[in-house]
Amino acid sequence: MKNSAIQEIISNIELKFPNCEITTDSYGMTNIVCSRDSIIDLVGNLKNDLGFGFLTDICGAHYPLVENQEFQVVYHMHNLYKNIRLRLKVNLATADLSIPTMVNLFPAANWMERETFDFYGIQFEGHPDLRRILNMDDMDYHPLRKEYALEDETRSDKKDSFFGR
Amino acid sequence: MSELKINQNGQLTSLDTVDGEIATLNLGPTHPATHGIFQNILKVDGERIISAEPTVGYIHRAFEKLAERRPYQQVTPITDRLNYCSSPINNLGWHMTVEKLIGAEIPKRVDYMRVIVMELARIADHLVCNSVIGVDTGALTGFTYVFQEREKIYDLFEEICGARLTTNVGRIGGFDRDFSPVFFQKLDKFLKEFHIIFDDFTNLLERNRIFMDRVIGAGPITGERALSYGFTGPNLRAAGVDYDVRVMNPYCSYQDFDFDVPIGKDGDTYDRFLVRQEEIRQSLRIIHQAKDNLPAGNYHGDVPSFFLPPKEEVYRSMEALIYHFKITMGETPIPAGEVYHSVEGANGELGYYLVSDGGRTPYRLHFRRPCFIYYQAYPEMIKGSVLSDAILTMSSMNVIAGELDA
Repeated sequence: MKNSAIQEIISNIELKFPNCEITTDSYGMTNIVCSRDSIIDLVGNLKNDLGFGFLTDICGAHYPLVENQEFQVVYHMHNLYKNIRLRLKVNLATADLSIPTMVNLFPAANWMERETFDFYGIQFEGHPDLRRILNMDDMDYHPLRKEYALEDETRSDKKDSFFGR
Repeated sequence: MSELKINQNGQLTSLDTVDGEIATLNLGPTHPATHGIFQNILKVDGERIISAEPTVGYIHRAFEKLAERRPYQQVTPITDRLNYCSSPINNLGWHMTVEKLIGAEIPKRVDYMRVIVMELARIADHLVCNSVIGVDTGALTGFTYVFQEREKIYDLFEEICGARLTTNVGRIGGFDRDFSPVFFQKLDKFLKEFHIIFDDFTNLLERNRIFMDRVIGAGPITGERALSYGFTGPNLRAAGVDYDVRVMNPYCSYQDFDFDVPIGKDGDTYDRFLVRQEEIRQSLRIIHQAKDNLPAGNYHGDVPSFFLPPKEEVYRSMEALIYHFKITMGETPIPAGEVYHSVEGANGELGYYLVSDGGRTPYRLHFRRPCFIYYQAYPEMIKGSVLSDAILTMSSMNVIAGELDA
């Protein structure tokens, strides 16, 4: 029952957004990788036509070793009628870290996008108030990027390499 | 209540109250009426709020960065400090996330034990929130009644894991030890006595005319707005949307228990108060069921790569010593992959987005913190209301500074 509903949604998206890459992982979650140009259309479509009226979460991630796709913005959406969750991903290159904002579709995206900007420096185009939210305003870097060491670099007993990083 | 009209430049155009003079009021960061460190810069006309601008992050502790260098079992103490009124829910939610990642099978007994602990935590959290709503309306008595009971819940936690507030309860795979006979004695005593005090508390506030006049209509939000603002938990249910993670995506054998999900209608402070009151009663029902039907079995799953062997084994057997060393040093194999797992925290859907690259520590861990997401609706909810209602709205939303700022 649930699987057929997921299949229906997947085929619906495949039809309208042929460029999206849709996979289902071993944990049963459907992942959709799409480009930043189509993300707003896709989310609008999911919200208005396919019943995904709840934006669970937005966060960023940094994969410095993946060339030209170093950054990722991850959206979790939830269809509360059919109880289906989706994970959307948009890959971004370090040179061009901008992505359209989702605030017009979901007011909840406001602070989530500010948080993502704060930690990763991803620019949300059209965001009404893109300021740092958790860190202090005069901080000049984005701390969750992988280039910033996890431990005080003056400590010789606690090198990151000891911790598999 | 008079309607406020604000033109495009943000200026007030008509008001039948005062002379239209607008003052700026700095509410917080440390204000005796806000429970925690929240700053709100309010524009007020007399006592009416025209706009509010919240600032968050005063106790930001970089948990997501910290988690990236801690082995999986060491992330648990971080989660304690998110919503510190109900730490066990955060701890166990994290354990379940890792178990989902590694595909561990957990015995039924562990599920039921976890349910008991989590529902106790929910009761403690709701007691704090509801009694503090009373305090903010000037009714201190109920607060003194139920805080005694909250202490007893902390005694129960102490019996399970030795800690009271930041519990670090359980392990990946189950619990570090079985519940002791003393725990069951204390739990029975608590279940026998709690409802007496709780009924007193209910009688003091629930149908109290003064209290009702004070909270009905304070800080309302519609179901539709609440959903679009990402509300979850009691706040969403008070607005009339019956979304509960325990029912929709049952984890930890919640499907075995018979309980109701209370919902409100108007989404105002009174509805939020009533929803929490009813949830406390439902949590008691669940605890009774879990205690009476507690299955026999082991108190932890068979996950040797994560669950530390018993200490006496470590001294005797080579295999146990090896596993002890490997777990402590984080040398156990972990599959690469990403999972999102959510539990019904005391104030909403608490989610963990975990990306593992197979390394010793999480590659990326993001906490979906319910109050961070719904607190952004606060300016909208208090617009046009009086200052004292704004204080009530904040305490009834159950915004916890530790979770807000992560």
